[in-house]
Amino acid sequence: MKVLVAVKRVIDYNVKIRVKPDNSDVDLTNVKMAMNPFCEIAVEEAVRLKEKGVATEVVAVTVGPKAAQEQLRTALALGADRAIHVQTDERVESLGAAKALAKVVEAEQPELTILGKQAIDSDNNQTGQMLAALTGRPQGTFASAVVVEDGKLKVTREIDGGLQTVELALPAIVTTDLRLNEPRYAKLPDIMKAKKKPLDTKTPEELGVEVASRLTLVKVEPPAERQGGVKVGSVDELVDKLKNEAKVIS
Amino acid sequence: MSILVLAEQHDGQLAETTAHVVAAAKAIGGDIDVLVAGEHVGAIAEAAARLDGVSRVRVADSAVYAHQLAEPLGELLVALADDYSHVLAAATTTGKNVMPRLAALKDVAQLSEIIAVESADTFKRPIYAGNAIATVQSPDALKVMTVRATAFDAVAETGAASVEAVETVVDNALSRFVGEELASSDRPELGAAKVVISGGRGMGSGDNFTLLEGIADKLGAAIGASRAAVDAGFVPNDMQVGQTGKIVAPELYIAVGISGAIQHLAGMKDSKVIVAINKDEEAPIFQVADYGLVGDLFEILPELESKL
Repeated sequence: MKVLVAVKRVIDYNVKIRVKPDNSDVDLTNVKMAMNPFCEIAVEEAVRLKEKGVATEVVAVTVGPKAAQEQLRTALALGADRAIHVQTDERVESLGAAKALAKVVEAEQPELTILGKQAIDSDNNQTGQMLAALTGRPQGTFASAVVVEDGKLKVTREIDGGLQTVELALPAIVTTDLRLNEPRYAKLPDIMKAKKKPLDTKTPEELGVEVASRLTLVKVEPPAERQGGVKVGSVDELVDKLKNEAKVIS
Repeated sequence: MSILVLAEQHDGQLAETTAHVVAAAKAIGGDIDVLVAGEHVGAIAEAAARLDGVSRVRVADSAVYAHQLAEPLGELLVALADDYSHVLAAATTTGKNVMPRLAALKDVAQLSEIIAVESADTFKRPIYAGNAIATVQSPDALKVMTVRATAFDAVAETGAASVEAVETVVDNALSRFVGEELASSDRPELGAAKVVISGGRGMGSGDNFTLLEGIADKLGAAIGASRAAVDAGFVPNDMQVGQTGKIVAPELYIAVGISGAIQHLAGMKDSKVIVAINKDEEAPIFQVADYGLVGDLFEILPELESKL
């Protein structure tokens, strides 16, 4: 079966972000960018399905600026067979991304589409669910295990308080949680080979979708800083402070 | 304006988070309805009717909504949404699962995990793991939102709303519930607990988490963990406190053997009082802790338990 995997270019996981002095947004100039960590897990899962002989082809897709090609090349180096770049310089929110992805799903007809559960920039946690709704496909979100069985998909989901298992009709949409797998690193020869793999570029206009965000970003501020308190010297002092100063225990 | 709040359920009862989401709805202003969807949910509907500020509870009682599967629940919300200017749910795994389906099918943007209401169309929400706070305005006629429950104080239970059945029943041929493995515990739920004690990589092993249990018993606390402890395989992911886990804001948060990575702080820094116990006095967790105790947790924890 064909697997489509969506990736997003975001600020690198380890970079401490700065808010622009005019509070218009987060400052991304000269900041290291990378593939969203949950998307890395999505790519890994797709590649493992191919290695197991379940998937026959893995297609990576992104919606974003020209530079997002780097993340598609990373996906190709990790084992995707080809890539599709929906190129736009608009500020794309989840709904726009889901609309563009829905057009790609319509054209490619993958049996399984895998996305990260959320991007670490906007922290929206929406695109996979929106894509499922727009394509009329069932969804297995926050997946910690994915098994293809008798033409159906069994997805174990990380839910509040534990795990839930659902069975989905194929074609379906899955979003990844942290424990689904541990992504591999790309090897140098694979990075070289990835440069020769096919990468198609399309525009939202060609797909017939409007991807620009409709939400207005009024301002972006740093969060209120929490002030550190005191160090206590002993357990007795700690218990005393909690009882008599903070009054949070009795 | 009229607002629909999707009730959250837990173990056949109305989840505490619902009272917090109703508080967010009150901050927006307007008539507030609560939707209770599930199977045999009469008691949950009655509990929802007591929430202060709610004028009507709408009950969709059908097997198709049992287990809160996103596909039928999303269809139900789509069928009801035209009556409302805002549809709200808690930013729980249930709310996060279903609300984007509603937003997409109504062709509107969703606002995730709001922490403040500025006006009926403008809200604050954390981005970049809580390292920035965005103020976002939505021009859409329908606002679909999830709410970070800890950011709003729960409404009282002094209300007496009417309860009405919803006739809409949808089909679901796409997904099927297979099973659930829920951690059974007599302890309060992480997200709602007044006291939380969490262990990190410094705990050394999953077995050592028993050192936290005695203290949790004495304080009526929930037990959490850092992502490092989860990644190390000490404890399951549903115990994780942090941007990629649960967001908590208890009266008292005790961080044990947790260094204080940004992603953990994002999940607990709104706690009223923070205590950090760590052997590394340079650990960043001390920068946010009201009370820090430097030392060996294997000595400190038994002593703390005996002195509580």
